[in-house]
Amino acid sequence: MSVIASAPAQDAAGTRGVSLELSGLHRSFGATHALAGFDLALAPGELVAMLGPSGCGKTTALRIVAGFDRPDLGAVSLDGVDLTPLPANKRDMGMVFQSYSLFPHLTAGQNVGYGPRLRKVSAAERDRQAEELLELVGMAGMAGRYPHQLSGGQQQRVALARALAVRPKVLLLDEPLSALDAKVRLQLRDEIRRIQQEFGITTLFVTHDQEEALSMADRVAVMRAGKLEQCAAPAELYDRPATAFVAQFVGTMNHLPGQVVGAAKVRVADRELPVDGACPAEGTEVNVLLRPESLDLEPAAEASAAGRPGEGQVMLATFLGATTRLTVRLGDGTEAKADLPSHRAVEFPVGSAVRLAPAPRPVLVVERG
Amino acid sequence: MTTISDTEPAAAVTTPARDKRGLGLRRVRWWRVVVLGVLAVYFLVPLASTFWFTLYTPGTHTFSLAPYGQMFSAQGFGTSVRMTVEIALVTIVILYLLLVPAMIAVQLRLPKLKPVLESLAMVPLVLSPVALVVGVQTVLGWGLDQDPGTPLFQLAADLQNQSFPLILPIVYVVIALPFAYRSLESGLRSVDLKTLVEASRGLGASWPVTIWRAVLPNLRSGLLSGAILTLALVFGEYTISSILQFLPFSVWIVQDGQGATSGQLAPAVSLLSLLLSWAVLFLVSFLGGRRAVGRPDRSS
Repeated sequence: MSVIASAPAQDAAGTRGVSLELSGLHRSFGATHALAGFDLALAPGELVAMLGPSGCGKTTALRIVAGFDRPDLGAVSLDGVDLTPLPANKRDMGMVFQSYSLFPHLTAGQNVGYGPRLRKVSAAERDRQAEELLELVGMAGMAGRYPHQLSGGQQQRVALARALAVRPKVLLLDEPLSALDAKVRLQLRDEIRRIQQEFGITTLFVTHDQEEALSMADRVAVMRAGKLEQCAAPAELYDRPATAFVAQFVGTMNHLPGQVVGAAKVRVADRELPVDGACPAEGTEVNVLLRPESLDLEPAAEASAAGRPGEGQVMLATFLGATTRLTVRLGDGTEAKADLPSHRAVEFPVGSAVRLAPAPRPVLVVERG
Repeated sequence: MTTISDTEPAAAVTTPARDKRGLGLRRVRWWRVVVLGVLAVYFLVPLASTFWFTLYTPGTHTFSLAPYGQMFSAQGFGTSVRMTVEIALVTIVILYLLLVPAMIAVQLRLPKLKPVLESLAMVPLVLSPVALVVGVQTVLGWGLDQDPGTPLFQLAADLQNQSFPLILPIVYVVIALPFAYRSLESGLRSVDLKTLVEASRGLGASWPVTIWRAVLPNLRSGLLSGAILTLALVFGEYTISSILQFLPFSVWIVQDGQGATSGQLAPAVSLLSLLLSWAVLFLVSFLGGRRAVGRPDRSS
C-alpha cells in the first residue's frame, strides 16, 4: 500500500489515526451485487474519497465499515483487528450522514453531547467539550439552538462536531455536502479537510462529486460495479488513469477516432502518438482519450474544413478565466474540447476552421465498439 | 453568529403579503364566521341545554348547583372513575408495548410488511363491539365451565375480577388499535427514522437506549395524541363493559347516576367529565407543543 504524504497525525484532541482495511468485501441485495470483492486500505490519518457513479457500491462499503450493514463475505479491520462481528454501537466510528441527522428534540450542544453522555461523561464536562467542538466547526455560542433553528450548512457542522465528540477511530462521511448549496459546500469542504488534518483522523469519504473528491482527498478510490478500479492521489488519477473507465470518469475527456498503426502507436488527427497501457493489434479502430488541456489548435484552410481527419470548425467558446474551452466539431461529427489560454483562444473565433494538434504525449486508447 | 461564515438564512421568517388580497380575504373571513357560527350552534346548544337542565328545576322554579355537589358523594362515583382511569392507563401501556416496537421494526427492517400491519390495525374499525364482546364472553365462559381450581378457571376468573377486570384493557387494546396506529404512523412519517436510529447507533447507543433517547422523544406528539384518543375511547366505552357486567364510569353514569334525584346527576357528571377531558387535552397539547419548541436543558 502506498502511504501518501499527508499532514502528520497530530494529537490535537486525543485521537490518533489508525489504519483501516477493507478486504474482499462482497454484498448482494437480491440479484444486485453492490460489492463484488472490494479492497481498500487507508493509512493512519489519511483521507480517502470513494468516488463512483451511483450504484457502484460506495455507500454500501461505507455502511459496512460503520456496521449498519454486514458483508456477505470479507472483513473490515482497524489496525489489524477484525471489526466485522461488532455491532455499529461498539465500533467507535463517527459518521456524518447525507441527510440532516441531528436529533430534532435536542439542542446543538445536546446533540454533540449525545455520544459522551452514553459514555458516562459528566454533564459539566460534556458542556465544555460541546462548546469546544462547536467552536472548532465555527458554531461558537450556538449550543442552545435546536436543529430547526439552524440552516443546512450549520446542521452539518453540528453533525461533524457530534461525530468528533466520541473521539472516533475513523470518521465516515456519507456525501455530507450534497444537500447544501454550492457556496456553503465549498466552505465546508475546506473546513472538513482542515479539521480532519488537525485531528489526524483516518477518514473515509463517499462522494459522487469528482471535484470534491479530487480537492479534499489524499487519495481517491474510483469504484465501478462493486470493485475498486483505481486508488491513487488526485494528480496521479488525473494524469495517469489506470483504466479507460477512470480516465473517462475523472475530469473531462475527449474521445477522438484513431487507428493503431504499429507497436504501441496510434494515429489520431493526422499525428502519431505513443500508446500508454494496453494497445490493440495494428489496424484496430480505436477511440483515443485526450484531456482538453492536451489538445492544441492550429488554423486550417477553410476549404478543407469538412474533409481531412482532425480538422473542423469551432462551434462554441466558453470563457473559464485564464483558459477558454473551445468546442470543435470535426468532419465526421465528433466533438472535441480544447482548453487554450484565453489570450490564444481569441485567435480562433466561433466559425473558424481549425486543425487539432494533440500534445505528443502517451495516450490511452479504447477499442471502438 | 460572528464565527459563522454561512450566508444562507437560518430559518427565515416569512411574512406573506396579505394586503394585496385584502378584499378577497375579507369575504373569506365572513364565510369563516358563518361556518364557525353554525358549528358552534351545533355543538354548544346541546351542551348549554344540558347545563340548563342540571341547574333548573321546573316544578319549583329554582336554580341549584346541587347535582354537582352530590356527584362526589354519590355511591360508586369514586370507585368507577378510578377503575376507568386504571383501565385506560393499562390499555395505553399494553397498546404501546405491542405497537411501538412492531411499527419501528416494520419501518426499518420489513417495509414489505407495512401494508399487512396497516390492514391488521384497521380491522377493529369494521368490527362491531357487540360481536366482539359476545365472542369474548363465550371464551370466558369456557374457562368458567372448568372445574374450580384448574388454571383455566382461575385465569377466566382473574380476567373478570370485579375490582380490576383485566379483560377490559385487553379488549380495549384491540378497539383502540386503529386510532393509536394512525397517530403513531403520522408521528413516524414526520421523522427520518432510519437516519435517527443509525446516528444514535453510530454514536454508541444500544438498541433500547436508541429507542428511548432518540426515537420516542421524536414520536412524542404521535404518542400523546394516540394516548388521548385511547383515554377518551375508554372513558366513553359502554357496550362491552356493560354486557360483561362491569361498572366503569360510563356504565355507572347510566345505571346508578340516573337513580339520583330528578335525573339531574347523570347529565351533570357527563358535563363534568367532558370538561375534564378537555382540560387534559389542552394540558397535554400545550405541554407537548411547548416542549417540542424549546425544552429547558435538564440533562446538564
